[in-house]
Amino acid sequence: MSELRDLYQEVILDHNRSPRNFGHLDDANRRADGHNPLCGDRLDVTVKVVEGVVTDLRFKGSGCAISKASASLMTEAVKGKTIDEFNELFDYFHRLVTGETLSVDERALGKLAVFSGVRDYPARVKCAILAWHTLKSAVNDSQEVVSTE
Amino acid sequence: MSKVTIDRIDFDVRSIRKQFPLLAQSVRGKPLVYLDNAATTQKPQAVLDTLSHYYAAGNANIHRGVYALSQDATQAYEGARSKVAKFLNAASPTEIIFTRNATEGINLVAQTFGRSMVAAGDEVVISEMEHHSNIVPWQLLCEEKGAKLRVAPINDDGELILDELAALLGPRTRLVSIVHMSNSLGTINPVRRIVDLAHEQGIPVLIDGSQAAYHMAVDVRALDCDFYVVTGHKLYGPTGIGALYGRSRLLNDMPPYQGGGDMISSVTFEQTTYNELPHKFEAGTPHIAGAIGLGAAVDFLTEVGFDAIASHERRLLDYATGMLSELPGLRFIGTAREKASILSFVLEGVHPHDVGTVVDTEGVAIRTGHHCTQPVMDRFGVPATARASLAMYNTTDEIDHLVSALSKVREVFG
Repeated sequence: MSELRDLYQEVILDHNRSPRNFGHLDDANRRADGHNPLCGDRLDVTVKVVEGVVTDLRFKGSGCAISKASASLMTEAVKGKTIDEFNELFDYFHRLVTGETLSVDERALGKLAVFSGVRDYPARVKCAILAWHTLKSAVNDSQEVVSTE
Repeated sequence: MSKVTIDRIDFDVRSIRKQFPLLAQSVRGKPLVYLDNAATTQKPQAVLDTLSHYYAAGNANIHRGVYALSQDATQAYEGARSKVAKFLNAASPTEIIFTRNATEGINLVAQTFGRSMVAAGDEVVISEMEHHSNIVPWQLLCEEKGAKLRVAPINDDGELILDELAALLGPRTRLVSIVHMSNSLGTINPVRRIVDLAHEQGIPVLIDGSQAAYHMAVDVRALDCDFYVVTGHKLYGPTGIGALYGRSRLLNDMPPYQGGGDMISSVTFEQTTYNELPHKFEAGTPHIAGAIGLGAAVDFLTEVGFDAIASHERRLLDYATGMLSELPGLRFIGTAREKASILSFVLEGVHPHDVGTVVDTEGVAIRTGHHCTQPVMDRFGVPATARASLAMYNTTDEIDHLVSALSKVREVFG
Protein backbone atom coordinates (compact mmCIF):
# COMPACT_ATOMS: atom_id res chain seq x y z
CA MET A 1 0.00 0.00 0.00
CA SER A 2 2.83 2.44 0.77
CA GLU A 3 3.86 2.38 -2.86
CA LEU A 4 0.33 3.34 -3.83
CA ARG A 5 0.22 6.10 -1.25
CA ASP A 6 3.28 7.63 -2.93
CA LEU A 7 1.20 8.01 -6.07
CA TYR A 8 -2.22 8.66 -4.60
CA GLN A 9 -1.24 11.11 -1.89
CA GLU A 10 -3.97 12.52 0.33
CA VAL A 11 -3.86 15.91 -1.41
CA ILE A 12 -4.46 14.22 -4.76
CA LEU A 13 -7.37 12.18 -3.42
CA ASP A 14 -8.85 15.32 -1.89
CA HIS A 15 -8.64 17.32 -5.13
CA ASN A 16 -10.07 14.33 -7.03
CA ARG A 17 -13.07 14.27 -4.69
CA SER A 18 -13.56 18.02 -4.60
CA PRO A 19 -11.85 19.69 -7.52
CA ARG A 20 -11.20 23.43 -7.12
CA ASN A 21 -12.01 25.99 -9.82
CA PHE A 22 -14.20 23.45 -11.57
CA GLY A 23 -16.51 24.74 -14.25
CA HIS A 24 -16.60 27.33 -16.99
CA LEU A 25 -15.22 30.85 -16.58
CA ASP A 26 -17.81 33.18 -18.05
CA ASP A 27 -15.53 36.20 -18.62
CA ALA A 28 -12.64 34.16 -19.97
CA ASN A 29 -10.65 35.53 -22.91
CA ARG A 30 -8.64 32.39 -23.62
CA ARG A 31 -9.63 28.77 -23.82
CA ALA A 32 -8.35 25.40 -25.00
CA ASP A 33 -9.48 21.79 -25.15
CA GLY A 34 -7.24 19.00 -24.06
CA HIS A 35 -7.65 15.44 -25.19
CA ASN A 36 -5.88 12.28 -24.11
CA PRO A 37 -6.73 9.70 -26.76
CA LEU A 38 -5.23 6.94 -24.60
CA CYS A 39 -8.01 7.16 -22.06
CA GLY A 40 -10.55 9.30 -23.85
CA ASP A 41 -10.21 12.06 -21.26
CA ARG A 42 -11.32 15.48 -22.35
CA LEU A 43 -10.60 18.71 -20.61
CA ASP A 44 -11.78 22.23 -21.20
CA VAL A 45 -9.77 25.10 -19.71
CA THR A 46 -11.07 28.67 -19.68
CA VAL A 47 -8.73 31.49 -18.65
CA LYS A 48 -8.79 35.21 -18.11
CA VAL A 49 -5.51 36.92 -18.92
CA VAL A 50 -5.10 40.61 -18.08
CA GLU A 51 -1.86 42.37 -19.06
CA GLY A 52 0.10 39.13 -19.10
CA VAL A 53 -1.29 37.89 -15.79
CA VAL A 54 -3.57 34.88 -15.37
CA THR A 55 -6.17 36.51 -13.17
CA ASP A 56 -8.64 33.62 -13.16
CA LEU A 57 -9.14 30.17 -14.65
CA ARG A 58 -11.43 27.17 -14.50
CA PHE A 59 -11.40 23.65 -15.86
CA LYS A 60 -14.10 21.22 -16.82
CA GLY A 61 -14.11 17.62 -17.92
CA SER A 62 -13.83 14.11 -16.65
CA GLY A 63 -10.83 11.96 -16.09
CA CYS A 64 -8.90 9.81 -13.68
CA ALA A 65 -7.88 10.95 -10.21
CA ILE A 66 -4.43 11.98 -11.39
CA SER A 67 -5.68 14.14 -14.26
CA LYS A 68 -8.47 15.72 -12.25
CA ALA A 69 -6.28 16.50 -9.24
CA SER A 70 -3.55 17.79 -11.51
CA ALA A 71 -5.95 20.19 -13.22
CA SER A 72 -7.38 21.31 -9.89
CA LEU A 73 -4.00 21.94 -8.24
CA MET A 74 -2.76 23.65 -11.38
CA THR A 75 -5.59 26.18 -11.29
CA GLU A 76 -4.69 27.03 -7.70
CA ALA A 77 -0.99 27.30 -8.46
CA VAL A 78 -1.31 29.41 -11.58
CA LYS A 79 -3.94 31.93 -10.53
CA GLY A 80 -2.25 35.33 -10.15
CA LYS A 81 0.92 34.29 -11.97
CA THR A 82 2.30 35.95 -15.10
CA ILE A 83 2.46 33.91 -18.29
CA ASP A 84 6.24 33.81 -17.97
CA GLU A 85 5.95 32.46 -14.44
CA PHE A 86 3.44 29.89 -15.66
CA ASN A 87 5.79 28.77 -18.43
CA GLU A 88 8.55 28.32 -15.89
CA LEU A 89 6.25 26.37 -13.60
CA PHE A 90 5.14 24.22 -16.55
CA ASP A 91 8.75 23.34 -17.13
CA TYR A 92 9.30 22.45 -13.44
CA PHE A 93 6.15 20.35 -13.34
CA HIS A 94 7.06 18.53 -16.53
CA ARG A 95 10.45 17.63 -15.09
CA LEU A 96 8.86 16.55 -11.82
CA VAL A 97 6.48 14.02 -13.37
CA THR A 98 8.91 12.74 -15.97
CA GLY A 99 11.58 12.16 -13.36
CA GLU A 100 14.06 14.83 -14.45
CA THR A 101 13.43 16.80 -11.35
CA LEU A 102 16.64 16.55 -9.38
CA SER A 103 17.65 20.10 -10.18
CA VAL A 104 14.20 21.51 -9.50
CA ASP A 105 13.74 23.38 -6.28
CA GLU A 106 10.70 21.68 -4.78
CA ARG A 107 9.78 24.87 -2.94
CA ALA A 108 9.07 26.44 -6.31
CA LEU A 109 6.51 23.71 -6.90
CA GLY A 110 4.77 24.03 -3.55
CA LYS A 111 1.81 21.65 -3.29
CA LEU A 112 2.45 20.41 -6.83
CA ALA A 113 5.29 18.30 -5.42
CA VAL A 114 2.64 15.70 -4.47
CA PHE A 115 2.84 14.52 -8.07
CA SER A 116 6.41 13.29 -7.64
CA GLY A 117 5.09 9.70 -7.39
CA VAL A 118 3.88 9.83 -10.99
CA ARG A 119 7.44 9.39 -12.30
CA ASP A 120 7.29 5.72 -11.21
CA TYR A 121 4.22 5.16 -13.40
CA PRO A 122 5.23 6.14 -16.94
CA ALA A 123 1.77 5.23 -18.27
CA ARG A 124 0.27 7.90 -16.03
CA VAL A 125 2.53 10.83 -16.94
CA LYS A 126 0.12 11.91 -19.67
CA CYS A 127 -2.72 12.00 -17.13
CA ALA A 128 -0.76 14.40 -14.93
CA ILE A 129 0.41 16.62 -17.74
CA LEU A 130 -2.80 16.94 -19.79
CA ALA A 131 -4.18 19.97 -17.95
CA TRP A 132 -0.83 21.71 -18.13
CA HIS A 133 -0.51 21.27 -21.88
CA THR A 134 -4.06 22.47 -22.31
CA LEU A 135 -3.46 25.60 -20.26
CA LYS A 136 -0.20 26.24 -22.07
CA SER A 137 -1.97 26.15 -25.37
CA ALA A 138 -4.70 28.45 -24.03
CA VAL A 139 -2.39 31.16 -22.69
CA ASN A 140 0.30 31.06 -25.35
CA ASP A 141 -1.81 30.68 -28.46
CA SER A 142 -4.08 33.64 -27.62
CA GLN A 143 -7.09 31.64 -28.69
CA GLU A 144 -10.17 33.77 -28.30
CA VAL A 145 -13.19 32.32 -26.57
CA VAL A 146 -16.09 31.78 -28.89
CA SER A 147 -18.77 34.07 -27.53
CA THR A 148 -22.07 32.46 -26.69
CA GLU A 149 -23.86 35.76 -26.23
CA MET B 1 -11.81 -26.91 -2.17
CA SER B 2 -13.97 -26.23 -5.16
CA LYS B 3 -11.28 -24.02 -6.73
CA VAL B 4 -8.91 -26.91 -7.26
CA THR B 5 -11.63 -29.05 -8.75
CA ILE B 6 -12.63 -26.35 -11.17
CA ASP B 7 -9.13 -26.20 -12.58
CA ARG B 8 -8.66 -29.93 -12.79
CA ILE B 9 -11.88 -31.10 -14.34
CA ASP B 10 -10.71 -30.83 -17.91
CA PHE B 11 -7.00 -30.40 -17.87
CA ASP B 12 -4.16 -29.69 -15.56
CA VAL B 13 -3.82 -25.93 -15.74
CA ARG B 14 -0.50 -26.11 -13.82
CA SER B 15 1.09 -28.14 -16.58
CA ILE B 16 -0.33 -25.74 -19.18
CA ARG B 17 1.19 -22.81 -17.27
CA LYS B 18 4.60 -24.49 -17.21
CA GLN B 19 4.67 -24.25 -20.97
CA PHE B 20 4.49 -20.43 -20.79
CA PRO B 21 7.83 -19.19 -19.43
CA LEU B 22 6.69 -15.55 -19.16
CA LEU B 23 3.99 -16.40 -16.64
CA ALA B 24 6.54 -17.37 -13.99
CA GLN B 25 7.79 -13.82 -13.49
CA SER B 26 7.11 -11.27 -10.79
CA VAL B 27 5.97 -7.71 -11.30
CA ARG B 28 6.60 -5.07 -8.64
CA GLY B 29 7.61 -7.89 -6.32
CA LYS B 30 4.34 -9.80 -6.77
CA PRO B 31 3.68 -12.86 -8.93
CA LEU B 32 2.40 -11.72 -12.31
CA VAL B 33 -1.33 -12.26 -12.84
CA TYR B 34 -1.78 -11.74 -16.56
CA LEU B 35 -5.39 -10.90 -17.43
CA ASP B 36 -4.95 -8.91 -20.62
CA ASN B 37 -5.34 -11.80 -23.01
CA ALA B 38 -7.84 -10.04 -25.23
CA ALA B 39 -5.01 -7.64 -26.10
CA THR B 40 -2.47 -10.38 -26.66
CA THR B 41 -1.80 -13.86 -25.32
CA GLN B 42 1.51 -15.19 -24.00
CA LYS B 43 3.52 -17.66 -26.03
CA PRO B 44 4.12 -21.33 -25.23
CA GLN B 45 7.63 -22.77 -25.34
CA ALA B 46 6.75 -24.69 -28.52
CA VAL B 47 6.20 -21.40 -30.39
CA LEU B 48 9.35 -19.82 -28.95
CA ASP B 49 11.41 -22.87 -29.91
CA THR B 50 9.98 -22.89 -33.43
CA LEU B 51 10.90 -19.23 -33.94
CA SER B 52 14.39 -19.60 -32.60
CA HIS B 53 14.98 -22.81 -34.55
CA TYR B 54 13.85 -21.16 -37.76
CA TYR B 55 16.31 -18.29 -37.38
CA ALA B 56 19.11 -20.48 -36.00
CA ALA B 57 18.86 -23.27 -38.55
CA GLY B 58 16.18 -22.74 -41.18
CA ASN B 59 16.35 -19.16 -42.42
CA ALA B 60 16.27 -18.60 -46.19
CA ASN B 61 13.99 -16.70 -48.50
CA ILE B 62 11.11 -18.76 -49.79
CA HIS B 63 9.79 -19.69 -53.26
CA ARG B 64 12.05 -19.90 -56.31
CA GLY B 65 15.19 -20.89 -54.39
CA VAL B 66 16.75 -23.99 -55.90
CA TYR B 67 18.95 -24.80 -52.92
CA ALA B 68 17.90 -27.09 -50.08
CA LEU B 69 17.66 -24.44 -47.36
CA SER B 70 15.26 -22.31 -49.40
CA GLN B 71 13.18 -25.34 -50.29
CA ASP B 72 12.96 -26.31 -46.61
CA ALA B 73 11.93 -22.77 -45.66
CA THR B 74 9.32 -22.77 -48.43
CA GLN B 75 8.00 -26.09 -47.23
CA ALA B 76 7.81 -24.85 -43.64
CA TYR B 77 6.03 -21.65 -44.71
CA GLU B 78 3.55 -23.44 -46.96
CA GLY B 79 3.18 -26.12 -44.30
CA ALA B 80 2.11 -23.42 -41.87
CA ARG B 81 -0.49 -22.28 -44.37
CA SER B 82 -1.88 -25.81 -44.50
CA LYS B 83 -2.00 -25.91 -40.70
CA VAL B 84 -3.97 -22.65 -40.57
CA ALA B 85 -6.29 -23.93 -43.33
CA LYS B 86 -6.96 -27.06 -41.31
CA PHE B 87 -7.35 -25.03 -38.11
CA LEU B 88 -10.12 -22.97 -39.73
CA ASN B 89 -11.37 -25.93 -41.78
CA ALA B 90 -10.92 -24.09 -45.08
CA ALA B 91 -11.52 -26.18 -48.20
CA SER B 92 -7.97 -25.53 -49.40
CA PRO B 93 -4.72 -23.88 -48.19
CA THR B 94 -4.96 -21.60 -51.23
CA GLU B 95 -7.84 -19.87 -49.44
CA ILE B 96 -5.51 -18.74 -46.64
CA ILE B 97 -3.70 -15.43 -47.17
CA PHE B 98 -1.03 -14.50 -44.65
CA THR B 99 -1.37 -10.94 -43.40
CA ARG B 100 0.24 -8.86 -40.66
CA ASN B 101 -2.79 -9.19 -38.40
CA ALA B 102 -6.59 -9.20 -38.47
CA THR B 103 -6.60 -5.46 -39.17
CA GLU B 104 -4.67 -6.04 -42.38
CA GLY B 105 -7.03 -8.86 -43.32
CA ILE B 106 -9.98 -6.49 -43.09
CA ASN B 107 -8.14 -3.73 -44.95
CA LEU B 108 -7.19 -6.20 -47.66
CA VAL B 109 -10.85 -7.08 -48.23
CA ALA B 110 -11.88 -3.41 -48.09
CA GLN B 111 -9.22 -2.37 -50.59
CA THR B 112 -9.71 -5.23 -53.07
CA PHE B 113 -13.20 -6.70 -52.82
CA GLY B 114 -14.53 -3.41 -51.48
CA ARG B 115 -12.97 -1.11 -54.08
CA SER B 116 -14.06 -3.32 -56.95
CA MET B 117 -17.56 -4.16 -55.72
CA VAL B 118 -18.77 -1.09 -53.82
CA ALA B 119 -20.06 1.90 -55.78
CA ALA B 120 -21.76 5.19 -54.96
CA GLY B 121 -25.03 4.62 -53.11
CA ASP B 122 -24.07 1.08 -52.04
CA GLU B 123 -23.96 0.06 -48.40
CA VAL B 124 -21.70 -1.84 -46.04
CA VAL B 125 -23.25 -3.17 -42.83
CA ILE B 126 -21.36 -3.51 -39.54
CA SER B 127 -22.46 -3.57 -35.90
CA GLU B 128 -22.22 -1.15 -33.01
CA MET B 129 -19.82 -3.46 -31.14
CA GLU B 130 -17.07 -3.46 -33.76
CA HIS B 131 -13.42 -2.83 -32.96
CA HIS B 132 -12.11 0.30 -34.69
CA SER B 133 -10.33 -2.05 -37.10
CA ASN B 134 -13.71 -3.17 -38.44
CA ILE B 135 -15.06 0.39 -38.65
CA VAL B 136 -12.36 2.62 -40.08
CA PRO B 137 -11.43 0.53 -43.17
CA TRP B 138 -15.11 0.67 -44.21
CA GLN B 139 -15.37 4.39 -43.48
CA LEU B 140 -12.37 4.98 -45.74
CA LEU B 141 -13.93 2.85 -48.46
CA CYS B 142 -17.35 4.47 -48.14
CA GLU B 143 -15.84 7.93 -48.21
CA GLU B 144 -13.90 7.11 -51.36
CA LYS B 145 -16.86 5.52 -53.13
CA GLY B 146 -19.71 7.66 -51.86
CA ALA B 147 -21.15 4.57 -50.22
CA LYS B 148 -22.88 4.37 -46.87
CA LEU B 149 -21.86 2.60 -43.68
CA ARG B 150 -24.88 1.17 -41.85
CA VAL B 151 -24.59 0.15 -38.21
CA ALA B 152 -26.72 -2.52 -36.52
CA PRO B 153 -27.37 -1.57 -32.88
CA ILE B 154 -26.82 -3.57 -29.69
CA ASN B 155 -29.04 -3.85 -26.60
CA ASP B 156 -28.27 -3.01 -22.96
CA ASP B 157 -26.66 -6.40 -22.40
CA GLY B 158 -24.32 -5.81 -25.31
CA GLU B 159 -26.09 -8.24 -27.62
CA LEU B 160 -26.58 -7.58 -31.29
CA ILE B 161 -30.22 -6.82 -32.16
CA LEU B 162 -30.58 -9.32 -34.97
CA ASP B 163 -33.88 -7.98 -36.30
CA GLU B 164 -32.34 -4.54 -36.68
CA LEU B 165 -29.42 -6.02 -38.56
CA ALA B 166 -31.77 -7.98 -40.82
CA ALA B 167 -33.71 -4.78 -41.52
CA LEU B 168 -30.55 -3.07 -42.75
CA LEU B 169 -29.89 -5.69 -45.43
CA GLY B 170 -31.16 -4.81 -48.87
CA PRO B 171 -30.36 -4.61 -52.57
CA ARG B 172 -27.69 -1.96 -51.98
CA THR B 173 -25.84 -3.98 -49.32
CA ARG B 174 -22.53 -5.16 -50.75
CA LEU B 175 -21.03 -6.72 -47.62
CA VAL B 176 -21.75 -7.48 -43.98
CA SER B 177 -18.65 -7.25 -41.77
CA ILE B 178 -19.21 -8.42 -38.24
CA VAL B 179 -17.21 -9.44 -35.21
CA HIS B 180 -17.50 -13.06 -34.05
CA MET B 181 -16.75 -12.18 -30.42
CA SER B 182 -16.57 -8.66 -29.02
CA ASN B 183 -13.26 -7.62 -27.47
CA SER B 184 -14.80 -5.13 -25.06
CA LEU B 185 -18.04 -6.97 -24.13
CA GLY B 186 -17.26 -10.63 -24.63
CA THR B 187 -20.48 -11.08 -26.61
CA ILE B 188 -20.47 -14.00 -29.05
CA ASN B 189 -22.54 -13.14 -32.11
CA PRO B 190 -24.82 -15.67 -33.86
CA VAL B 191 -22.61 -15.49 -36.94
CA ARG B 192 -24.06 -18.52 -38.71
CA ARG B 193 -27.51 -16.96 -38.46
CA ILE B 194 -26.14 -13.65 -39.74
CA VAL B 195 -24.49 -15.41 -42.68
CA ASP B 196 -27.80 -17.10 -43.54
CA LEU B 197 -29.70 -13.80 -43.40
CA ALA B 198 -27.14 -12.13 -45.66
CA HIS B 199 -26.84 -15.04 -48.09
CA GLU B 200 -30.61 -15.08 -48.56
CA GLN B 201 -30.03 -11.78 -50.35
CA GLY B 202 -26.76 -12.80 -51.95
CA ILE B 203 -24.66 -10.62 -49.65
CA PRO B 204 -21.18 -11.88 -48.67
CA VAL B 205 -20.11 -11.81 -45.02
CA LEU B 206 -16.74 -11.10 -43.42
CA ILE B 207 -16.25 -12.28 -39.86
CA ASP B 208 -13.63 -10.74 -37.58
CA GLY B 209 -12.40 -13.71 -35.56
CA SER B 210 -9.63 -11.92 -33.64
CA GLN B 211 -11.15 -12.79 -30.27
CA ALA B 212 -13.16 -15.89 -31.09
CA ALA B 213 -10.42 -18.00 -32.63
CA TYR B 214 -8.48 -18.62 -29.42
CA HIS B 215 -11.54 -19.48 -27.35
CA MET B 216 -13.53 -21.78 -29.63
CA ALA B 217 -13.13 -24.03 -32.65
CA VAL B 218 -13.78 -22.10 -35.85
CA ASP B 219 -15.08 -23.89 -38.92
CA VAL B 220 -15.39 -21.48 -41.82
CA ARG B 221 -17.28 -24.02 -43.92
CA ALA B 222 -19.81 -24.74 -41.17
CA LEU B 223 -20.21 -20.98 -40.70
CA ASP B 224 -20.51 -20.67 -44.48
CA CYS B 225 -18.84 -17.23 -44.24
CA ASP B 226 -17.07 -15.65 -47.19
CA PHE B 227 -14.14 -14.09 -45.33
CA TYR B 228 -12.74 -14.76 -41.86
CA VAL B 229 -9.79 -12.93 -40.31
CA VAL B 230 -7.57 -13.95 -37.41
CA THR B 231 -4.44 -12.54 -35.80
CA GLY B 232 -1.53 -14.73 -34.71
CA HIS B 233 -0.56 -12.96 -31.52
CA LYS B 234 -3.93 -13.69 -29.92
CA LEU B 235 -3.65 -17.35 -30.95
CA TYR B 236 -0.62 -17.80 -28.66
CA GLY B 237 1.54 -17.12 -31.73
CA PRO B 238 3.92 -14.35 -32.80
CA THR B 239 3.01 -10.72 -33.44
CA GLY B 240 3.10 -9.42 -37.00
CA ILE B 241 1.35 -12.41 -38.55
CA GLY B 242 -2.31 -13.05 -39.20
CA ALA B 243 -4.46 -14.80 -41.74
CA LEU B 244 -7.38 -14.05 -43.99
CA TYR B 245 -9.61 -16.88 -45.11
CA GLY B 246 -11.47 -16.11 -48.31
CA ARG B 247 -13.72 -18.24 -50.46
CA SER B 248 -11.65 -19.04 -53.57
CA ARG B 249 -14.35 -17.88 -55.96
CA LEU B 250 -14.26 -14.41 -54.41
CA LEU B 251 -10.48 -14.30 -54.00
CA ASN B 252 -10.02 -15.21 -57.66
CA ASP B 253 -12.25 -12.36 -58.79
CA MET B 254 -10.66 -9.79 -56.50
CA PRO B 255 -7.88 -7.49 -57.75
CA PRO B 256 -4.50 -7.78 -56.00
CA TYR B 257 -3.87 -5.92 -52.75
CA GLN B 258 -0.27 -4.77 -53.04
CA GLY B 259 2.06 -5.01 -56.01
CA GLY B 260 5.54 -6.46 -55.80
CA GLY B 261 7.55 -9.64 -55.94
CA ASP B 262 5.96 -13.03 -55.45
CA MET B 263 2.46 -11.84 -56.36
CA ILE B 264 3.14 -12.01 -60.11
CA SER B 265 3.67 -14.80 -62.57
CA SER B 266 5.22 -12.59 -65.24
CA VAL B 267 6.13 -8.95 -65.55
CA THR B 268 6.94 -6.81 -68.58
CA PHE B 269 6.64 -3.05 -68.75
CA GLU B 270 3.54 -3.48 -70.85
CA GLN B 271 1.74 -6.19 -68.94
CA THR B 272 1.84 -8.03 -65.64
CA THR B 273 0.12 -11.32 -65.01
CA TYR B 274 -0.76 -11.98 -61.43
CA ASN B 275 0.20 -15.11 -59.58
CA GLU B 276 -2.38 -17.68 -58.58
CA LEU B 277 -3.94 -17.93 -55.12
CA PRO B 278 -2.85 -17.38 -52.45
CA HIS B 279 0.33 -15.69 -53.72
CA LYS B 280 -1.59 -13.03 -55.63
CA PHE B 281 -2.24 -11.38 -52.26
CA GLU B 282 1.20 -11.78 -50.72
CA ALA B 283 3.55 -9.24 -52.28
CA GLY B 284 7.15 -9.14 -51.13
CA THR B 285 8.99 -11.34 -48.66
CA PRO B 286 6.40 -12.29 -46.06
CA HIS B 287 6.87 -12.78 -42.32
CA ILE B 288 8.22 -16.30 -42.86
CA ALA B 289 9.22 -16.89 -39.25
CA GLY B 290 5.91 -15.51 -38.05
CA ALA B 291 3.90 -17.79 -40.30
CA ILE B 292 5.89 -20.82 -39.18
CA GLY B 293 5.46 -19.71 -35.55
CA LEU B 294 1.73 -19.36 -36.14
CA GLY B 295 1.74 -22.91 -37.49
CA ALA B 296 3.32 -24.06 -34.22
CA ALA B 297 0.71 -22.07 -32.26
CA VAL B 298 -2.24 -23.70 -34.00
CA ASP B 299 -0.59 -27.10 -33.46
CA PHE B 300 -0.40 -26.23 -29.77
CA LEU B 301 -4.05 -25.14 -29.66
CA THR B 302 -5.16 -28.27 -31.46
CA GLU B 303 -3.18 -30.45 -29.09
CA VAL B 304 -4.71 -28.88 -25.99
CA GLY B 305 -8.08 -29.01 -27.70
CA PHE B 306 -10.91 -26.49 -27.78
CA ASP B 307 -13.27 -28.70 -25.79
CA ALA B 308 -10.90 -28.53 -22.85
CA ILE B 309 -10.02 -24.86 -23.39
CA ALA B 310 -13.62 -23.73 -23.71
CA SER B 311 -14.88 -25.61 -20.67
CA HIS B 312 -11.97 -24.41 -18.50
CA GLU B 313 -12.50 -20.82 -19.61
CA ARG B 314 -16.27 -21.12 -19.15
CA ARG B 315 -15.87 -22.22 -15.53
CA LEU B 316 -13.28 -19.51 -14.96
CA LEU B 317 -15.61 -16.87 -16.41
CA ASP B 318 -18.50 -18.04 -14.23
CA TYR B 319 -16.29 -18.06 -11.17
CA ALA B 320 -14.91 -14.59 -11.92
CA THR B 321 -18.36 -13.19 -12.71
CA GLY B 322 -19.63 -14.44 -9.36
CA MET B 323 -16.65 -13.12 -7.41
CA LEU B 324 -16.61 -9.68 -9.06
CA SER B 325 -20.39 -9.30 -8.62
CA GLU B 326 -19.78 -9.31 -4.87
CA LEU B 327 -17.68 -6.15 -5.05
CA PRO B 328 -19.64 -3.07 -4.00
CA GLY B 329 -20.20 -0.51 -6.75
CA LEU B 330 -19.04 -2.80 -9.56
CA ARG B 331 -21.06 -2.74 -12.77
CA PHE B 332 -20.42 -5.11 -15.66
CA ILE B 333 -20.44 -3.69 -19.17
CA GLY B 334 -21.40 -6.63 -21.37
CA THR B 335 -23.78 -9.18 -19.89
CA ALA B 336 -24.79 -11.09 -23.00
CA ARG B 337 -26.23 -14.58 -22.55
CA GLU B 338 -23.69 -15.82 -25.09
CA LYS B 339 -20.31 -14.53 -24.01
CA ALA B 340 -16.80 -15.73 -23.32
CA SER B 341 -13.70 -14.84 -21.34
CA ILE B 342 -14.16 -11.06 -21.06
CA LEU B 343 -15.01 -9.19 -17.85
CA SER B 344 -15.49 -5.54 -18.66
CA PHE B 345 -16.54 -3.39 -15.73
CA VAL B 346 -16.59 -0.01 -14.06
CA LEU B 347 -16.26 0.75 -10.35
CA GLU B 348 -18.52 3.52 -9.17
CA GLY B 349 -16.67 6.74 -8.51
CA VAL B 350 -13.26 5.51 -9.66
CA HIS B 351 -11.84 6.04 -13.12
CA PRO B 352 -10.74 2.79 -14.83
CA HIS B 353 -7.19 4.10 -15.20
CA ASP B 354 -6.90 4.45 -11.45
CA VAL B 355 -8.30 0.93 -11.08
CA GLY B 356 -5.65 -0.34 -13.53
CA THR B 357 -2.81 1.37 -11.69
CA VAL B 358 -3.90 0.13 -8.28
CA VAL B 359 -4.20 -3.51 -9.36
CA ASP B 360 -0.89 -3.22 -11.21
CA THR B 361 0.86 -2.57 -7.91
CA GLU B 362 -0.50 -5.98 -6.87
CA GLY B 363 1.01 -7.60 -9.97
CA VAL B 364 -2.33 -7.86 -11.77
CA ALA B 365 -2.29 -6.83 -15.45
CA ILE B 366 -5.68 -5.75 -16.79
CA ARG B 367 -6.52 -3.32 -19.56
CA THR B 368 -8.24 -0.01 -19.00
CA GLY B 369 -9.55 2.35 -21.63
CA HIS B 370 -11.93 2.22 -24.56
CA HIS B 371 -10.39 -0.98 -25.98
CA CYS B 372 -10.55 0.49 -29.49
CA THR B 373 -14.34 0.38 -29.31
CA GLN B 374 -15.30 3.99 -28.62
CA PRO B 375 -18.85 3.52 -29.99
CA VAL B 376 -19.40 0.79 -27.38
CA MET B 377 -18.23 3.18 -24.62
CA ASP B 378 -20.61 5.84 -25.96
CA ARG B 379 -23.44 3.29 -26.07
CA PHE B 380 -22.97 2.51 -22.38
CA GLY B 381 -22.24 6.11 -21.39
CA VAL B 382 -18.79 5.44 -19.94
CA PRO B 383 -15.46 6.99 -21.00
CA ALA B 384 -13.66 3.71 -20.47
CA THR B 385 -13.87 0.37 -18.70
CA ALA B 386 -11.52 -1.91 -16.82
CA ARG B 387 -11.25 -5.26 -18.58
CA ALA B 388 -9.96 -8.57 -17.33
CA SER B 389 -9.73 -11.14 -20.10
CA LEU B 390 -9.04 -14.82 -19.64
CA ALA B 391 -7.00 -17.43 -21.44
CA MET B 392 -6.42 -21.15 -21.05
CA TYR B 393 -3.60 -20.68 -18.52
CA ASN B 394 -5.52 -18.55 -16.03
CA THR B 395 -6.61 -20.00 -12.70
CA THR B 396 -9.21 -19.35 -10.03
CA ASP B 397 -6.34 -18.33 -7.74
CA GLU B 398 -5.59 -15.53 -10.16
CA ILE B 399 -9.21 -14.41 -10.06
CA ASP B 400 -8.89 -14.30 -6.27
CA HIS B 401 -5.80 -12.10 -6.69
CA LEU B 402 -7.76 -9.80 -8.97
CA VAL B 403 -10.60 -9.54 -6.47
CA SER B 404 -8.24 -8.80 -3.60
CA ALA B 405 -6.39 -6.22 -5.75
CA LEU B 406 -9.73 -4.59 -6.59
CA SER B 407 -10.60 -4.32 -2.92
CA LYS B 408 -7.41 -2.22 -2.59
CA VAL B 409 -9.03 0.27 -4.93
CA ARG B 410 -11.69 0.88 -2.30
CA GLU B 411 -9.05 1.22 0.40
CA VAL B 412 -7.40 4.01 -1.58
CA PHE B 413 -10.45 5.77 -2.96
CA GLY B 414 -12.98 5.02 -0.25
